[in-house]
Amino acid sequence: MARGIDVIIRIGGEGGEGVISAGDIITQALARCSMEIYAFRTYPAEIKGGHAVYQVRASDEMLLSQGDGIDVLVAFNQEAYDRHVAELKPPGILVYDTDAFEPPAEFKGIRYGAPISTVTREKVGSNLTKNIVFVGVVAELFGIPLDRFEELLKQRYGKKGAEAMEKNLVALKAGAEHVREHIVKQDAIKITPRERAPRLVVSGNEALSIGAIAAGLKVYAGYPITPASDIMEWLAKELPKFGGSVVQTEDEIAAIGAVLGASFAGKKAMTATSGPGFSLMVELLGLATMTELPAVIVNVQRCGPSTGMPTKTEQSDLGLAIYGAHGGAPRIVMALSSVEDCFYGIIRAFNFSERFQVPVVVLSDQYLGHRKASINIPDLSQVQIEERAKPTVEELQAYRRYRMTETLVSPMAIPGEMRACYTASGLEHDEAAALNHEPANHQKMVAKRFKKLDAIKHMTGLARRYGVDDPEVAVIGWGSTEGVIREAVDLAQRRGIRVGALHPKVISPLPEDDIRSFLKTVKKVIVPELNYDGQFAKWLRGFFDIDVVSLAKAGGAPFSPKEIVDKIEEVSRNVHTTAVPGV
Amino acid sequence: MAEITLYRSKVKPDWCPGCGDYAVLNALQKAVADLDINPKDILAVSGIGCSSNLPGFLNTYGFHGLHGRSLPIATGAKLANHDLTVIATGGDGDGFGIGLGHFVHTVRRNVDILYIVMDNQVYGLTTGQASPTTEKGTKTKSTPGGVIEFPVNPLALALVSGGTFVARGFSGEVNHLTELIKQGIRHKGFALLDVFSPCVTYNKHNTYPWFKERVYKVEDEGHDASNMEAALQRAGEWDGRIPIGVLYQAERPTYEEEELALQAGPLVKQPLGLAGRESVLLEFT
Repeated sequence: MARGIDVIIRIGGEGGEGVISAGDIITQALARCSMEIYAFRTYPAEIKGGHAVYQVRASDEMLLSQGDGIDVLVAFNQEAYDRHVAELKPPGILVYDTDAFEPPAEFKGIRYGAPISTVTREKVGSNLTKNIVFVGVVAELFGIPLDRFEELLKQRYGKKGAEAMEKNLVALKAGAEHVREHIVKQDAIKITPRERAPRLVVSGNEALSIGAIAAGLKVYAGYPITPASDIMEWLAKELPKFGGSVVQTEDEIAAIGAVLGASFAGKKAMTATSGPGFSLMVELLGLATMTELPAVIVNVQRCGPSTGMPTKTEQSDLGLAIYGAHGGAPRIVMALSSVEDCFYGIIRAFNFSERFQVPVVVLSDQYLGHRKASINIPDLSQVQIEERAKPTVEELQAYRRYRMTETLVSPMAIPGEMRACYTASGLEHDEAAALNHEPANHQKMVAKRFKKLDAIKHMTGLARRYGVDDPEVAVIGWGSTEGVIREAVDLAQRRGIRVGALHPKVISPLPEDDIRSFLKTVKKVIVPELNYDGQFAKWLRGFFDIDVVSLAKAGGAPFSPKEIVDKIEEVSRNVHTTAVPGV
Repeated sequence: MAEITLYRSKVKPDWCPGCGDYAVLNALQKAVADLDINPKDILAVSGIGCSSNLPGFLNTYGFHGLHGRSLPIATGAKLANHDLTVIATGGDGDGFGIGLGHFVHTVRRNVDILYIVMDNQVYGLTTGQASPTTEKGTKTKSTPGGVIEFPVNPLALALVSGGTFVARGFSGEVNHLTELIKQGIRHKGFALLDVFSPCVTYNKHNTYPWFKERVYKVEDEGHDASNMEAALQRAGEWDGRIPIGVLYQAERPTYEEEELALQAGPLVKQPLGLAGRESVLLEFT
């Protein structure tokens, strides 16, 4: 079968001009034409001003990354042209506002200029709809049926009243009409809507929020922070409909405090934050470990340290997620790898936290949290919900909260439900929850808290394999890089390189058995990650005697497939030309 | 009415002989016994400090958390199951120092929690440093030249933060204290009960005799607890006479009453998950 359409459209403009909403609308319309979607946005930290970018890749085949370069650049202004024109791939399609700028003579691509500002003023009479005129132009140029947009605009602006919606519809049509009357199409991109099973178009943060309710979330506590706030906002709107409560606390310390209180009282609870908030939470994270309470803490990572770059992506909180908190405080650390995995991964996080009675730190990042993808509609009736072990009636006669069981997980009494009064404490305690400062008891209880998680090391299905079965060169990544790694592996295989990839979903404890079995034939491992110091590469080296090549870059922008495939080629050449590993 | 012994755990309090906290513990046990609350329905949450050890001495559920963080934990527990009687306890350092931010916000949130602060105006567990309620000029281990800062006034702070129950008790008046605890538990909304609970080891200034000479009961003097201005005026009294009793009480819907999700009953009794609730996905198709 000949490869169908695979087009990357990037929209750039001034923050506040509607770049992001234009991108969202185009993305959703493309999805309604049954295209596969891979979209992300990056925007300035300021509310107005600064440069905003939205990029959507649409294809009729499964998409794994944002791709390399761009096919269509929609430039709201000169700055957008200047910043992005270098990435335009031939033939290089430029859609722009002739009222804003003219590209220089040396631009050799296809020019689709339209006096967007004039059209907006004359046909709509409102400057606010400039972005929708752009949408109309794009739709008409590439054959996206207008009716797909009309429904969307009604859903999106219908709430704001008939007048607002009408203006947007007029704007959409004005853009399309201008193309029909004044522009001669010179490129071959044509979207062909197809019939297919309906799909969801969701962002990572949205998929995570839906998954959390599906997993049994009852209490969400949070504090606003970019890029995690939309989790709280969506849950505030939806969770009460499903018998759950959202509280916006005074800070992140209170947020995780409320989570622990709710969990102690018997309910599944979650908070979501980003690096700065997560830093504040670590003392209570240690308390959750000590009191053996289930809790889910989501960290949608952004560039750090400190305030860093709030709207830009990075994977630099791994060390903090694994070790953050004083005094040997084991927890489970999971990393979400795709938009779909945000739904299923958060369910696993809740289930693991209940099964092991332990806090689970779930790492996402700005790129994953804010990008949209089309995913299969999950079957909500098939979601398995696990709950913590509770004591039996006999056990309640002489209840010991931290009893040493075979799994080292102890049945947990719930206030109000059963007569098993005990006090959970951050002070060291014995099996009966009585305070105990004896070194021997401490050794025993620390071991309990660590060793109850050992089961994860031997579980299968927590790391996904890709590529050839017996690779010499392998890529092991974590978190949001899974798709781009797969695309790079595909490209490398087409260039004749035998390469495989492994993507662990649980980062601590690592699923060691699966990783060992994968590593049997591997001579070198490439570890791509978006942080400066190669945090995952170091973590892996601590467990496995392997030759690791760290492909670490400080975040801000995600990897492109090319960056990874180039490294695979280079390492593959080395494996075959040098006898000494690591040189 | 239940037996007071029902609420005693096997753990003997580790407080110094003569510590004001014994009276608070006894008054609390007497109060919940008088109100006949089943121990399994009581959750005592605390922070860190001498007084924060109190939940361990109760035969109820307890959560001995982190320094300054009792109120967020209590809030989360109450949201999860608002049928529980949630009582937060702690000291002045815990509540008005490291936990002051949570205090103000929990007051204005008006979650139905009783917060008993055993206020001894000193850090006892760490052996005698100045606390946020230590009087200006007092010499302590950390302030050998005398405290420079002005003390926090917890009652006034609660009043101006939208508090709906603002009261003060004294360990030397245990029957009065018991009644205040009962009122605080019965009050719908956040109840602050600041208790003068003398530290006999590290505070040689604010002693039992010192308080006995000064405290008076506001109800004996015709105080109108619905009058915010009168409450504020009494909250400011310190030099000379010091008021105890309920300074202010008002009716305002609690957080739980206003939270839509909780109106259908406690969250612990509501079904989990989304099976059969596919409509949640519609906005994304």
